[in-house]
Amino acid sequence: MDDYTEEYTKLDLTKTANLAKDAVVRFENVSIAFDGPPVLENVSFEVAAGETRILLGPAGVGKSVLLKLTNGLLCPDAGSIYLFGQEISHLPEKQLFALRTRTGMVFQEGALFDSLTVRDNVGYQLMERLLPAEEIDQRVHEALRFVELDHTFSMLPSSLSGGMRRRVAIARAIIDQPDLLIYDSPTGGLDPVTSTTINELIVKERDVYKTPALLVTHRLQDAFTMATHTYDSAQSKMVPLPEGQINTNTTFLVLHEGKLIFDGTTQDLVVSNDPFIKEFLA
Amino acid sequence: MPLPIENLDKLAKKLMLSLQDYSLFCWQTISNVGRAPHYWGDVMTQADLIGVGSLPIVVLTGFFTGAVLALQSAASLAQFGAQAYTGQFVSLSMIRELAPVLTGLMVSGRNASGMASELGSMVVTEQIDAMRALGTDPMKKLVTPRVLSTVIMLFLLTIVSDTVGTAGGAAVAVLISKQNGTQYFTSAYHALVYADIAQGLTKPLFFGFIISTVGCYFGMKTTGGTQGVGRATTQAVVVSSVLIIFSDFILSRAMLWLYSGI
Repeated sequence: MDDYTEEYTKLDLTKTANLAKDAVVRFENVSIAFDGPPVLENVSFEVAAGETRILLGPAGVGKSVLLKLTNGLLCPDAGSIYLFGQEISHLPEKQLFALRTRTGMVFQEGALFDSLTVRDNVGYQLMERLLPAEEIDQRVHEALRFVELDHTFSMLPSSLSGGMRRRVAIARAIIDQPDLLIYDSPTGGLDPVTSTTINELIVKERDVYKTPALLVTHRLQDAFTMATHTYDSAQSKMVPLPEGQINTNTTFLVLHEGKLIFDGTTQDLVVSNDPFIKEFLA
Repeated sequence: MPLPIENLDKLAKKLMLSLQDYSLFCWQTISNVGRAPHYWGDVMTQADLIGVGSLPIVVLTGFFTGAVLALQSAASLAQFGAQAYTGQFVSLSMIRELAPVLTGLMVSGRNASGMASELGSMVVTEQIDAMRALGTDPMKKLVTPRVLSTVIMLFLLTIVSDTVGTAGGAAVAVLISKQNGTQYFTSAYHALVYADIAQGLTKPLFFGFIISTVGCYFGMKTTGGTQGVGRATTQAVVVSSVLIIFSDFILSRAMLWLYSGI
């Protein structure tokens, strides 16, 4: 058994135990800077099992940096980050690769491999594990059906629209049923109709598979749509929750000038007296 | 305004840090060769792109270099009545020096730039981050196959260049200088000893490593969007070309000492 397979097996065995014992993600006083003032300063929060946390904040406040810290794509200057109960701040890259296979990440612009077809993009992780081609095809079709893009199977990313690329990126992130989903501005730069389609997919993933998620957005409308809607499997579409109800598993974080200034529920956010939050929500 | 000495200090630190970074990059690349997972399919694809793709320019460069060598040397040697040594002159020059260096420079211009721009584009569009997020080591998947295939293919391309260079010299010697073909090839063949072949075929192994690691290094370290990709591409070609010529001098000196004790 090679190092890579061994690492996979080791993680699989500890997977369930870790999930039950710890929060899926935990930040403890995390700080990071890049040749200047800190981008993030003493940030602490948790993502619990089954929870969707929406990270709000103006552009350039460090939201994407926080997401990259979450699965070890960046290393913090100070503080500790726990992913599936394992401290990853100083974990060697080799071990991080195996750990990251348990997360699914949707990048801001999709970050699809432009030289590979949609099939190879979506089935990338399965191809890396050398699964049989028939199984890969079948699972890629399933993931593409989830995002309603089965017809793009053999296409190249360059022939897809911006919204379709995001949906393919979501299919790539969910194909291996990850234990955590990380969305970096999944609706950024998209028109309202396409944004609604993407929001519906995120709500569908949340309500059907109950996958915990950390989502970054600067579009308040999208954030509140997720908190006030649910996926109706019978109607196969996203529907609003009854008047006065909100999804209790969807909570908010607000970043401002590198600091986490809010961590709480939708109701707490709406009635917050913080001047920045009031202005941000206005 | 900082004093000139402070700028020099910063520049020296930057240079040393880059050198350290490049050394670590090279070490990681070498150590990945023996570690699973192996991407042999990617090695073959890159070998096709780098090796077969560079064949036309290497053949043309090799042929005309051999031809011009024969043209120039025949005229000079004729003054001493030594035109019969044209074959020896061409084959020694090509095999020892010109074929490895010119092939290296040609492949560098074509492929170091290609690697830097391809990997640089992947960096700025977050494809490298996406690959890491999917649990794949970009060094193993993208860098190691390129380095392996460049080293192997440059070795083979140099042999091709040696052959067509000698043939180019023969074409000029026979068709323009009206020499005897058999005399040309006999002279070319008998002049060669083991040390010449060893010298000529050791160099491309080093040059291939330089071209691919420099190209991949600048690509992987790209910052600053599309402008950064352009900058990385230019730097990769300039640095790899200069390093090829510099290392050629070091290698020639080492080989002469090793085989001739000079």
